[in-house]
Amino acid sequence: MNPAEHMESVYLGVVLAPLAGSIVAGLFGRVIGRAGAHWVTILAVGISTVLSLIAWKHIVWDGNDPYNGTVYTWLAAGDLNLQVGFLIDRLSVTMMVTVSFVSWMIHIYTIGYMHDDPGYQRFFSYISLFTFAMLMLVMANNFVQLFFGWEGVGLLSYLLIGFWFKRESAIFASLKAFLVNRVGDFGFVIGIAAVLMYFHSLDYDTVFGLAPTMADVKIQVLAGTDWSLMSFICICLFIGAMGKSAQFPLHVWLPDSMEGPTPISALIHAATMVTAGIFMVARMSPLFELSDTALSMILVIGAITAFFMGLIGLVQNDIKRVVAYSTLSQLGYMAVALGASAYAAAIFHLVTHAFFKALLFLAAGSVIIALHHEQDMRKMGGLYRYMPITWATALVGSLALIGFPGTAGFYSKDAIIEAVHTSHLWGSGFAYAAVLSCVVITALYTFRLFFLTFHGKERMDRHTWEHLQESPAVVTVPLTVLAIPSLIAGMFLVGPMLFEGYFREAIYVAPAHDVLGEMGAHYHGVFGFTLHAFQSAPVVYLAFAGVALAWLMYIKYPQVPGQVAERFSLLYRILLNKYGMDDFNQAVFAGGTRRIGQAFWQLGDVRVIDGVLVDGTAAAVRWFSGVVRTVQSGYLYDYAFAMIIGLLLMLALFVHQLF
Amino acid sequence: MSFDIPFLSLLVWAPILGGVWVLYAGDRQAGTVRHLSLTISVIVFALSVLAWLRFDTNTAAMQFVEFVPWIEAFRINYHLGIDGISLPLIVLTTFTTVLVVLAAWDSVESRIAQYMAAFLILEGFMNGVFAALDAILFYFFWEAMLIPMFLIIGVWGGPRRVYATIKFFLFTFLGSVFMLVALLYLYSQAGSFYILHLHDLPLSLTAQKLIFISFLLAFSVKVPMWPVHTWLPDAHVEAPTGGSVILAAIMLKMGGYGFLRFSLPITPDASLAFADLMIGLSLVAIVYIGFVALVQHDMKKLIAYSSVSHMGFVTLGFFMAFFVQQETGAIMGMEGGLMQMISHGFVSGALFLCVGVLYDRIHSREIKDYGGVVNTMPQFAALMMLFAMSNSGLPGTSGFVGEFLVILGSFQARPWIAFLAATILVLGAAYTLWMYKRVIFGDVANENVAELQDLTAREQLFLGLLAVAVLAFGLWPAPLFDVMHASIQNLYEHMLQSKVIP
Repeated sequence: MNPAEHMESVYLGVVLAPLAGSIVAGLFGRVIGRAGAHWVTILAVGISTVLSLIAWKHIVWDGNDPYNGTVYTWLAAGDLNLQVGFLIDRLSVTMMVTVSFVSWMIHIYTIGYMHDDPGYQRFFSYISLFTFAMLMLVMANNFVQLFFGWEGVGLLSYLLIGFWFKRESAIFASLKAFLVNRVGDFGFVIGIAAVLMYFHSLDYDTVFGLAPTMADVKIQVLAGTDWSLMSFICICLFIGAMGKSAQFPLHVWLPDSMEGPTPISALIHAATMVTAGIFMVARMSPLFELSDTALSMILVIGAITAFFMGLIGLVQNDIKRVVAYSTLSQLGYMAVALGASAYAAAIFHLVTHAFFKALLFLAAGSVIIALHHEQDMRKMGGLYRYMPITWATALVGSLALIGFPGTAGFYSKDAIIEAVHTSHLWGSGFAYAAVLSCVVITALYTFRLFFLTFHGKERMDRHTWEHLQESPAVVTVPLTVLAIPSLIAGMFLVGPMLFEGYFREAIYVAPAHDVLGEMGAHYHGVFGFTLHAFQSAPVVYLAFAGVALAWLMYIKYPQVPGQVAERFSLLYRILLNKYGMDDFNQAVFAGGTRRIGQAFWQLGDVRVIDGVLVDGTAAAVRWFSGVVRTVQSGYLYDYAFAMIIGLLLMLALFVHQLF
Repeated sequence: MSFDIPFLSLLVWAPILGGVWVLYAGDRQAGTVRHLSLTISVIVFALSVLAWLRFDTNTAAMQFVEFVPWIEAFRINYHLGIDGISLPLIVLTTFTTVLVVLAAWDSVESRIAQYMAAFLILEGFMNGVFAALDAILFYFFWEAMLIPMFLIIGVWGGPRRVYATIKFFLFTFLGSVFMLVALLYLYSQAGSFYILHLHDLPLSLTAQKLIFISFLLAFSVKVPMWPVHTWLPDAHVEAPTGGSVILAAIMLKMGGYGFLRFSLPITPDASLAFADLMIGLSLVAIVYIGFVALVQHDMKKLIAYSSVSHMGFVTLGFFMAFFVQQETGAIMGMEGGLMQMISHGFVSGALFLCVGVLYDRIHSREIKDYGGVVNTMPQFAALMMLFAMSNSGLPGTSGFVGEFLVILGSFQARPWIAFLAATILVLGAAYTLWMYKRVIFGDVANENVAELQDLTAREQLFLGLLAVAVLAFGLWPAPLFDVMHASIQNLYEHMLQSKVIP
């Protein structure tokens, strides 16, 4: 076999291994037992991780050309061939490694977290299948397969949020997640339809190649309106990303998704699936670069998400919800980076965030197990004494999240803030202000969580307190393994990924938008970058200020938060009600559609069509037959007979008129 | 090419004669009746698969043609033949009949022989509709089909079955009478009932319009299109499980088939003239009925309304083709419409069978009588999840393919059509999954649910077969498109040629 064919089987193996693992665990779960289910899926995703690393080495390390090939023809309609195929370039291998590695760690962690759950095998089957769908998404070489993966991860997210199907709150949250995502998909499908119409193809290669020739095309979606084709396509596609990556105002499903088991909050709702929208926009950079309008929209939406969702994180008491709001806020950061055309920075933050956010979720999960499924931070405190590994790894995660100098999050977040600062697009000023002020908020809610959980007074009940202990190795090992990249990945990746052309042809940036290139001119190594942060920008100091504030409020003067809440009770209540968006959606959208449905049904179908037309006709026939006594029997054959007479009459009419 | 076996005659008459045999065997030998019916339906299914294997996908010409003069005075012939449009529908019919026989196995308690016979005879008539090349023969099968279905609902139906059967009969019969008038008029012009001759018959625009409306009355009732859809929920609610399955999976496809075989090629100019109306009605079906489905509390009604909404994509796909500039987009829409017909056959059939499985156990179709079924019937819940997802148009299942192609194609016709059609992404998921949530998820709602037994081997078999079909055509629809492509291409060319007499 020549090397190219060899790599084809590697790529196939990456996706097929988790699929096979999932099928075995799902269909034969009872036969192979609990241990069998976790072994087979862990082995499968392990294979996937190793093969992804081989692919990464092949493409990035050895510098081979990207692979773009077809696996099979899904469907051919007219001249259109829709295929299942892979595009393996520097962007997709980066995603493949991140997705499979984080997924692998979470598979292992799940053994500990779910060990007494009756749906053990089902859970492993689902998360393996999720890994398959996510890999199909990132490895796609065309829009249809992208959409297949896109909806596949949506399905698994739905199934996993509602995993504990007896809980009303869980099954409500899962339905909500699916439907809100479908609202985004609405835009996504329209975007795909527009791409097909004007590019006559859904293959990335063809579409990206033709894109520059389409830059000035205007279309009339509604008669009399002139819209730029590229803006229309990009905005539609981004609406899809807003659903999947939980951007304002389609973010409402993500906090509720915390009803699912913690491993999936880490895997799906922090590290991988929710970043699919970010990945998609980066993948489509040759399209998005042609529309300043779409980029500005992304900047503004991202900034709103980053800032306002961060604020809600300040008032949450459920440990997982705080992390969830922080995820929303960080996704906002990534979107802002996309909007500023710093795609590389967005993907960089996506990667580092995958590590440290998965770590934080798993650490939260470790705490939750130790406290017998207690998630309220008001009933925690002082845990550092009992759970040293969890404490240490959570500290690493928290520092990375707030962007403490040297940690992975520092480099990626600082790069985003700097990139927005450099950008000249409309909305970049607002976005800069938002992401900058959000640094304080991030530090504040992160260390509020950290202090309330691990330090201060021990507020759990006596029974729980007596049983406090560090989690088992299947939990702490993944924590430790994830802590390492959270700490050091940034310093190794920052140079190559942002400034040294790591992504090459996988990401296209128009010269006018090249903020990273501009920043790269001043880049003189990791050390210089770190030092620069101290010297010129306020970012680092803002983060320190946030931590200090958290320490004052939650350790030194723990009575202060209550006083603040009382003093600013209106603001506090607005935040606690999440700006009233859930209530609004519930009343207007959920309630409204039901009322419309009821009206259509009762008025349209029952009253008008059946009441007036159908039964009215029947009544008219009765009246008529009352007059013409002879055909009044009501038997079916009489009606049929009448019809046949009518038929002959009509035939006569027909023939005479038309001859 | 010569074919030694008269495939089509066998597909039509084997089930009918088989049905008579079953009837003759009678109720006293219930066991024999079941096995006999199953054997007959499996053999017929195997025959249709064999026909598929020997089908030449490269030509739009009619294949397996059989021709015997019937009533020579009026040049009415026994003339059968199939192309890439009818073949998939015949296979769908024979496949669904096997499932219906399996589903009736021991859930039908009274008059099992007559029940099985009715379905087998119905199968023959339905195959006849899809295979007939003579308009009168077509009309014969078209009307004959109503009789067994009328009996199925009327004899084995629910409490309001009389109202439902009369409504069903009058709606469909009234519609098809107009079709007969149109067919007779066409005969007077062409001097032949051969459908392919009628395709080439020049007609004035007025004549075309009148014929189109006559056909529309017949076909729109079957599809069913808004506003002549209200017989469907009533018929479904009262029909026994098998009746609902055949009704949804096959009989609704007769309307779509009629548009493809009659309206579009015989009256292309009128079809173009009325295309706006047809698209409008399709969109009303998709959106309006989508909302109506959301508020149903009877599972069968909900699925019935969902059928109306999904069938909107069929008519939309056919008629929006007139407004697409590029041929690829138009073909995509039409093939998407046909794909939607096949897929809807699987999915709606499967969902009605799921309701049947529950109804056999608890004897209720009300959503509120259920809740937490997954706790006692996990296998059932898993299979129904697959069908629910397919109904919501999830990629990887057959339900996605047709909808997706029609949305992509209709965007090329006019973007706003695609906007309205794409609302099914949200509405379809909302009514299907909301029902699923209330029936399947949650804690065990009542004692009845607590005592539920999971699927029997027989139920596993028929739901499993459908699950395979739904996944197979979702993951690899290409073979189906290969079959239909040449015929759809040919039809599209017919549609573009004006037949108006100058």
